[in-house]
Amino acid sequence: MSLATDAPDRSGQNLRVTRSRRNVAWTGIAAVIIVAVLAYFPYIVVTGTTNLMVQGFIVLTMATMWNLLAGYAGLVSVGQQAFVGLGAYFVLLLNIHSLSMFTALPIAAIGSGVAALPLWWLVSRLRSGYFAIGTWVLATTVFLFIQQFPALGGGTGMSLPNVPTGDTTLLEADTYWVGLAVTVAALVVTYLLLRGRTGLELTAIRDDERAARSSGVRVGRARLIVFVVAAIFCGAAGGLDAISQLIIQPSAVFSVQWTAEMAFAVVIGGIGTIEGPILGTIVYMVLEQTLQNYNAWYLIILGLVAMVIVLFARRGLWGLVDDRFHLRLFPVGYYLWPAGEGRRRFLR
Amino acid sequence: MKSRKRKIKSMSESNGPGLRGDAPLLDVRGLVVHHGQLQALSGISLAVYPGEVYAIIGANGAGKSTLLRTIAGLNRPTEGSVSYEGKDITGLRPEVRATSGIVMVPEGRRLFPSLTLEENLQVGATYARPGPWTIERVFELFPWMKDRRGQKTAQMSGGEQQSVAIGRALVANPRVLLLDELSLGLAPVIVQRIYAMLPQILESGVTVLLVEQDVSQALRVATHLQCLLEGRTTLQGTPAEVTRAQVEAAYFGVTDGSQPLWSGLTTLSRASSPAACTRCSRAACRSCSA
Amino acid sequence: MFGVMGVVNLAHGDLAVIGGYIALAVIAITHVPVLLSFIIVVPVMALIGYLIQRTLIQAALNRSVLTTLLVTFGLSVVIENALLQFVNADSHSIGTGNAIISGSWQVTSSITIGYLPLLILAVAVIVLLALQYFMSRTKYGRLIRAVADDREAAQLSGVNYRHVFGIAAAIAFGTLGLAGIAQGMYSQFAPTTGTTTILLFAFAAVVIGGLGSLWGTLLGGIVLGVANQIGGQINAAYDPLAGFIIFLVVLVVWPQGITSRRASA
Repeated sequence: MSLATDAPDRSGQNLRVTRSRRNVAWTGIAAVIIVAVLAYFPYIVVTGTTNLMVQGFIVLTMATMWNLLAGYAGLVSVGQQAFVGLGAYFVLLLNIHSLSMFTALPIAAIGSGVAALPLWWLVSRLRSGYFAIGTWVLATTVFLFIQQFPALGGGTGMSLPNVPTGDTTLLEADTYWVGLAVTVAALVVTYLLLRGRTGLELTAIRDDERAARSSGVRVGRARLIVFVVAAIFCGAAGGLDAISQLIIQPSAVFSVQWTAEMAFAVVIGGIGTIEGPILGTIVYMVLEQTLQNYNAWYLIILGLVAMVIVLFARRGLWGLVDDRFHLRLFPVGYYLWPAGEGRRRFLR
Repeated sequence: MKSRKRKIKSMSESNGPGLRGDAPLLDVRGLVVHHGQLQALSGISLAVYPGEVYAIIGANGAGKSTLLRTIAGLNRPTEGSVSYEGKDITGLRPEVRATSGIVMVPEGRRLFPSLTLEENLQVGATYARPGPWTIERVFELFPWMKDRRGQKTAQMSGGEQQSVAIGRALVANPRVLLLDELSLGLAPVIVQRIYAMLPQILESGVTVLLVEQDVSQALRVATHLQCLLEGRTTLQGTPAEVTRAQVEAAYFGVTDGSQPLWSGLTTLSRASSPAACTRCSRAACRSCSA
Repeated sequence: MFGVMGVVNLAHGDLAVIGGYIALAVIAITHVPVLLSFIIVVPVMALIGYLIQRTLIQAALNRSVLTTLLVTFGLSVVIENALLQFVNADSHSIGTGNAIISGSWQVTSSITIGYLPLLILAVAVIVLLALQYFMSRTKYGRLIRAVADDREAAQLSGVNYRHVFGIAAAIAFGTLGLAGIAQGMYSQFAPTTGTTTILLFAFAAVVIGGLGSLWGTLLGGIVLGVANQIGGQINAAYDPLAGFIIFLVVLVVWPQGITSRRASA
């Protein structure tokens, strides 16, 4: 029985399915080169620039995570600052107990991830809009809670007590390298996650949750994984911030501004792709530097630009590039190559 | 002078099927409608004249409700046009069509669950055109409503809900009333009782376009009918002109031996398709004389 | 706004703060007595609400839930930072402007109840009653309920749902304007008060009281307020924390209407 449609009959043709359009080795090599160049930076640029780049690393890490949450898992979280703050505070705590802040960082990140588990339990059942506010409330609660401990600085915060003295340039270089490592780790983890089974599950959930569930996809577990990963790296970002600022203030470290930065960077750059947050972070940094003297302006403009983009260019700037050139630097989807046809069909 | 002209006009409108020579009230041409990737309607045309009861029949998935929804404005056609009173309304929003006189009673009733019976009717009357139908007149049509006006509609039976839905559409004083699958989920007795209201509705100058899965019921009330199958028209005509066999053939798409082509239809031509025979479920074969 | 249009407005609190600032401006310009400032503020806010709904939020709704969330979040950030930029970061207070209101009522030897809080409570109750009357007895209240029930069916009855959404938003914004004035009279507000004090508490109140119930929200608000006060008595720093903890407890133990566990559509 045939449905009279215009779709060409593909049955019986051999379809070649590949994961990427061209040889992905090129992108991989390029990535390694870029990382190597970046790693060399502290030797060639002034510390002002490396500090700036550390800031960029922080934003990029968080943006990549927020993209993972909102773009792939469908979890719009306005409370990621909870983990940013927790990461910073874990570093502080460990540093108080005489652990080097650099060694403290990965532990702090894991700590954030562990803290994410009970927090997930609290908000996981909330529907999308309420999930957003719920995470915000959660973040505020954590913020208020942490302030109860005078040993950690109470309401006013405190500086890291055990900072290595000596050459500040070396310190900043170390901070830079750690930041680079965190960012690369975040991107690599995200890439692997999305390319693997969880990524497939997330795409299924994104397209149709009920259908995914009835196909055996463990929706809750996939989301939990994403939430924890995001917590880990947001915690790492927070720890990085603590290391670079050397002082931890609750109102700064738990500020919703973190979420605003990550969300807007992702939205402007392109939600739902790995390249998007990278592009968005660049735009964000440019804006921030240009408008640095105008204080609140950069957030106003950032917010406005984000709103415009979300309304008119849904998939962000990278989405525009992708639509035109079908370019994916980090291939996590599939390409169909029907035998004999030159045209390709890309399935995200 | 004016009032007499108006009276004459309404009389000719309600005197059974209007003169087919005049311009149609509702004119649909070459409608192509998609649901995402799926093509639900492939070039449907029809014309409804004042005073008619135009029935659209067909099996599940034939596209009947899609057709009605497109006429009402809830679906946007990919191609084709819908004209009403001579004007192209293809791009108009559903609420604008409703206030112009095309009112639909949607499939499944779709009353407002948190509103009472009377409130449902009041909503229907909010943007009503001037005309004979008021809430009071609906109460006359369905006397049982008077005592239950303050009741939440969710507690009512299917037949009662259907009556309320029709009432809600009527108080808007439509010129064309679209009825989508009235019989859905209702006992045959109730269905007949509801269809028995039709003459009173027609008397008030309303033209009816209805979709019905129950073919016998449709044949009983219709002045014209059209059969759809998989988004195409397989039969068009009046109940007097078509035989039962022809209707069944059109409904099921069973071949009668002629070419397996879909043909866009003029009255009474039969379509055949490489569809499965309903008796033996093999692809159409000559031995089957359905 | 959530019940009718499905919009979670993250800028909710900030809009109330805007109402407060508008009130300040109005009082400064026209020297209207503080208690009467609402006569100007509420309609202005309602108009703003209608416009924002018809343009911005409708556009976002046409796209997706995510878009709406991001747009309202963006709105929140823009508003807060614009206020920071153009006004300043200080807290402002509207003050009471009238000696009688700032007095209080000696109930017993250890409990006094301020007139102002009582007035605000009374206003809240009046607003709720008015809303309830509006929803159940008036034409637009009916239309709002109908559109909230079934948007397409309402369209088929000739209702322009965008307009109805606008009306609902206007009501929401107008009420927020009142809230802003109350906040300004009772304590103070600053650009960030919107989120920290208002939005999150409003959300917590809704959760505690149960979604969909206007009176439940009032109850939730009372529970929160009392919890905070009691917590504050124990230790000043516990003031807002106590309320949030109650919120979390309620969220875990008996969430009503805001979790996806509910099978109803």
